Amino acid sequence: MAIRIGADVGGTFTDVVVENAVGDGPGRSGQYLSTKVLTTHQAPEVGILDGLQALAAEHDVDLTQVEQLIHGTTLATNALIERRGARTALVTTEGFRDVIETRTEGRFEQYDLNIVLPTPLIERCDRYTVPERLNAQGEELLAFDEAAAAEVINKIIDGGYESVAVGFIHSYRNGVNERRFRDMLLAVAPEVAVSISCEVSPQMREFERFNTVCANAYVQPLMASYLRRLETGLRELGADCPVYLIHSGGGLVSVETAAAFPVRLVESGPAGGAIFAAHLAARHQLDRIVSYDMGGTTAKIALIEDYVPQTAKTFEVARTTRFKKGSGMPISIPVIEMIEIGAGGGSIAGVDSLGRITIGPHSAGSEPGPAAYDLGGTEPTVTDANLELGRLHPDTFGAKSIQLSPEAAAAALLQGVGEPLAVDARTAAVGVAEMVDENMANAAAVHAVENGKDLADYSMIAFGGGAPLHATRLIDKLGVDELLVPTGAGVGSAIGFLLAPFSYEAVRSFHTSSDDFDVVAVALLLEELTTEAESFVRQGAPTEAELKVERQVSMRYRGQGWEIPVTVPAGPFDLLASEALVHEFTKTYERFFGRAIDGLAVEAVSWAVRVASVVDPPTALEAVAPGVAVKTDTCRPVYDPVAGEAVDAAIIHRDDLAVGATVNGPAIIVESQTTTVLGSHHVAVVQHDQTLRIRRIEGSLQ
Amino acid sequence: MNNSDMVHNQIMWNRLIAIVEEQALTLIRTSFSTSVREAGDLSAGVFDAQGRLVAQAVTGTPGHVNTMAASVGFFLDEIGVDQMAEGDVYITNDPWKGTGHLHDITVTTPVFKGEELVGLFASTSHVVDVGGRGYGPDATELYEEGLRIPIMRWARKGELNEELVNIVRHNVRESDQVVGDIHGLAASNETGRRRLLEMMDEFNLDSIAPLASFIFDRTRDAVFAALAEVPKGVYKNSMDVDGYDQPVHLEVTLTVSDDGMHADFTGTSGTSRFGINVPIIYAQAYFTYGMIVALAPELPNNFASLAPFTVSAPEGAILNAKEPDPVAVRHVMGHFVTDLCLGALAQALPDRIPAEGAGALWNFQASARASDPANDPRPPVELLMFNSGGTGARPMLDGLTATAFPSGVMTMSAEATEQVGPIIVWRKEIREGSAGAGRQRGGLGQTIEISATEGYQFVFSAMFDRIENPARGRHGGEDGAPGKVYLDDGTPFRSKGKQIIPPERRLILELPGGGGFGPPSERDPEAAANDRKQGYVK
Repeated sequence: MAIRIGADVGGTFTDVVVENAVGDGPGRSGQYLSTKVLTTHQAPEVGILDGLQALAAEHDVDLTQVEQLIHGTTLATNALIERRGARTALVTTEGFRDVIETRTEGRFEQYDLNIVLPTPLIERCDRYTVPERLNAQGEELLAFDEAAAAEVINKIIDGGYESVAVGFIHSYRNGVNERRFRDMLLAVAPEVAVSISCEVSPQMREFERFNTVCANAYVQPLMASYLRRLETGLRELGADCPVYLIHSGGGLVSVETAAAFPVRLVESGPAGGAIFAAHLAARHQLDRIVSYDMGGTTAKIALIEDYVPQTAKTFEVARTTRFKKGSGMPISIPVIEMIEIGAGGGSIAGVDSLGRITIGPHSAGSEPGPAAYDLGGTEPTVTDANLELGRLHPDTFGAKSIQLSPEAAAAALLQGVGEPLAVDARTAAVGVAEMVDENMANAAAVHAVENGKDLADYSMIAFGGGAPLHATRLIDKLGVDELLVPTGAGVGSAIGFLLAPFSYEAVRSFHTSSDDFDVVAVALLLEELTTEAESFVRQGAPTEAELKVERQVSMRYRGQGWEIPVTVPAGPFDLLASEALVHEFTKTYERFFGRAIDGLAVEAVSWAVRVASVVDPPTALEAVAPGVAVKTDTCRPVYDPVAGEAVDAAIIHRDDLAVGATVNGPAIIVESQTTTVLGSHHVAVVQHDQTLRIRRIEGSLQ
Repeated sequence: MNNSDMVHNQIMWNRLIAIVEEQALTLIRTSFSTSVREAGDLSAGVFDAQGRLVAQAVTGTPGHVNTMAASVGFFLDEIGVDQMAEGDVYITNDPWKGTGHLHDITVTTPVFKGEELVGLFASTSHVVDVGGRGYGPDATELYEEGLRIPIMRWARKGELNEELVNIVRHNVRESDQVVGDIHGLAASNETGRRRLLEMMDEFNLDSIAPLASFIFDRTRDAVFAALAEVPKGVYKNSMDVDGYDQPVHLEVTLTVSDDGMHADFTGTSGTSRFGINVPIIYAQAYFTYGMIVALAPELPNNFASLAPFTVSAPEGAILNAKEPDPVAVRHVMGHFVTDLCLGALAQALPDRIPAEGAGALWNFQASARASDPANDPRPPVELLMFNSGGTGARPMLDGLTATAFPSGVMTMSAEATEQVGPIIVWRKEIREGSAGAGRQRGGLGQTIEISATEGYQFVFSAMFDRIENPARGRHGGEDGAPGKVYLDDGTPFRSKGKQIIPPERRLILELPGGGGFGPPSERDPEAAANDRKQGYVK
């Protein structure tokens, strides 16, 4: 027993990780067997099953002993991006047929006459309306028109829709009419999938809520059939185990919940990475972390406090234009908050009309790949700059199948960046590398500001193939003192899945304010949210499992539009509790913005209860002090941005380093999945779990 | 310049832009004004010691493009560099030294490194109230529009000017929010100041002058390269719009020369008795925005990118208002300046310029009051809604439906609006058949139906345009549908000025559509079929 499997289906690769808690065999707890196979887009379960079989065969794992499979997938995300969902209708309140089309009425790019706004997920001819109306308090203004609803239902049946989204105005306060419509529809067409917005996302703001329920309905038939096929396939391999899904908020849910609310799975892969980083933070007792994940196309940055990744209530998926805010679809569900920018190893560098070096968002991807791969790519990429600067080297590049060509990299850099700026390939490479680092550092700094944080108090965790190449430069720019580079960084998300608790976050909008706090309604609401979240968690968590309940409210001064999250302490919610909340808000506001504002009422607008099973915290590891520095005769010149010139850097193989080994920069630490760069002012010490703990030596900026 | 300087300058340029973005973000998060957070009605920038704009955050309002750039020069002139000290904060809301109306407050903070003034940060944001009659076009003199703060100190060497704070407190509605917003402006400048000094330490700089020259040189080259694509010459255009109580004729003569582009507004109607007049700096902003978005959208706003775009107009023209002309709602005419000038540019670049769109926003402010005030003590509630018609068709693309242009304003959720006050939004939906037909059709307008909740009535301040004068098509494209305003029982409703919506009635707004581009007969049959399938055309 006690074999657990993590499977992360990504856009390019499917990662499968096996954890075997039995004995001292391979893959025992804390260490993992892993494999990467290509994602099979038409039938993603095939990749998982193939990978699993291969691992089992190679390491003699008994698949009948598998206790559970934990799974994250980009299937829902890709269906939304590629518009490969079900034939779906939207039914909404009369007068609001076009909410998902007119969006915010703004342009996400102020300086583009030829801007193209995202097409609505459900086109106008598939959107139907029913006369009915509630007010902001959830009371009836206009009765639900049964006859009109019946007519719409006929059109849905005649139209051959597989799935229906229902979103009525103010249904987050009162879902009665949405439920009524669903009941009427299912009574005559039980085979149609129905999603209603008061269940999928009971949050105020019709554009976001309607879009969320549409997305849910759109991917639901696809996800439900995929999950059924996966379960069947596993049984055929002898692994008759429950399957759990990781959701965007970083917890596990049952297959049933996942099939009903697939929109909650949208950001599950990145969520796994954040859990992985949070776990590492706990192991090393670092309570403020900025996690930094860099792959081939993008870099993702998240904040983790007290070993818990920061979350948000809404995010955007399928951005159509340069990852630009506003160019995608808003989805209102609890999600681990991260920013994603077009800065990866394959990001293409160029020069704009002002002679400024630009990076991304286009990526050379894996085909044709960076120019250095010599597979047909001719445009300079971040990887080409790293090669030109000596940070990467053909002899020590992880992927053995690829022979890096420094000549091809230099030629591309010269042509794409050097010539337009009248500089040589080396200077072009310096510019590209510095610019991508600057872009990532600026994005991280702005993200911190948005969250009222100062990164100088943080440590960084770097994972993903590209991050360790850039992380030391990033901590220099951000004034961060310490950096961790874990092992297994290439399959971090899948490992993260195995570390996640069962959890569910129930969120609902409800307005009340400090001059007339509706304590009774809030107490009732918190109770309902707790019951709802608990019921979802109990579908997966062992019955005896201890559950943790966290409550949160978003608050602001009356008149403001941005809210600050405030924790609602445990215990009955009464007048005293409401006063304590307002006090806590004022304190938090002051911390964020330097000054509280006198005389204004404080509003509470949205309430959330997160219930999670308690996961044993990882064993804390004592920090290993620096020991005798590792010596090597293998050196090569590597450009050092602080010195402004190439310096002789030691080349160290990570596999050769024992616990306590200390590497003084300048050095390059190579391994199969990534390369870690140390500047002359960085020192790395190998920790008990093989993590590299890197410090920046004081007084060495730039 | 050696190679490593080149890289450093590029990095620092990037950093300056990040710093002003951070400055703007702080403002949005703390602002009490709906137009700031929903519409990005704010700006933030960093200036060199001579008061030249070096970098500006990209925010939602083209109206701040030139106004921001010019304002710091006024502060340097009036305060005097020798009188500036560390810890000082300066303020004004003068329409002719800030952004064209009293509701925008501009705050400027000098940055000293040692004894030396190395630069300044400035930020502007639209506040909830400035006293006077309240926001609307009905004043006939500036004095009625609210409190006017000349350029003066908000803080001296770190010490708050309590007397000014007190004056503000006693002259505006919602004084806590207004004073809170001014503190927010000062705090955002302070963030910028600290970040700039950190950057100067990191890169070992005593002055940002060399960096500013680098930025200006690069920008100047790029802007003149873009201008070189425009055939030199003189291009004229005119446009008639509804105005307040009488039609307004707008006219431009656009001269494209080796020195840049100059817009002269001679021929334009004289000033209005009401607050729709425009200080010329604001007209210049919408002119410049139109030219940059059409010719060089990559250009960041700074001293060098703005310098080639100049304007002139006879005194007393509605686009060159002088004090004490009322200017509160200067955005309505201001927004038309972009389409007016693009229309002239279209003669030089016929294949690159869109048709006319709805142009001015259909914003309104409504005061919901108890319909039986004698027996109902509830205080009035102020409501604000932003709404957009359709934009003009583009040469290769249809216009955008219910989308703001040239403004960057976003609408608010109907549910959120109903949470704020006693209003019901019964309908907010695409207005079928409102697009101007064309090879590319215009964007559609929208239909909005609102009423007060039971027991309330609205005192409504209307300022809607393009009812008499629709957005015109280009190159054979048809005009968009003009707007309409009426009550649900058919009673006509004036499109301008204060009126009451009786408690039992709904107000219906039909917003204008954008003009088409090219003859409708050339429309792709598939696109035409889809228009019918989706009900975009009737």
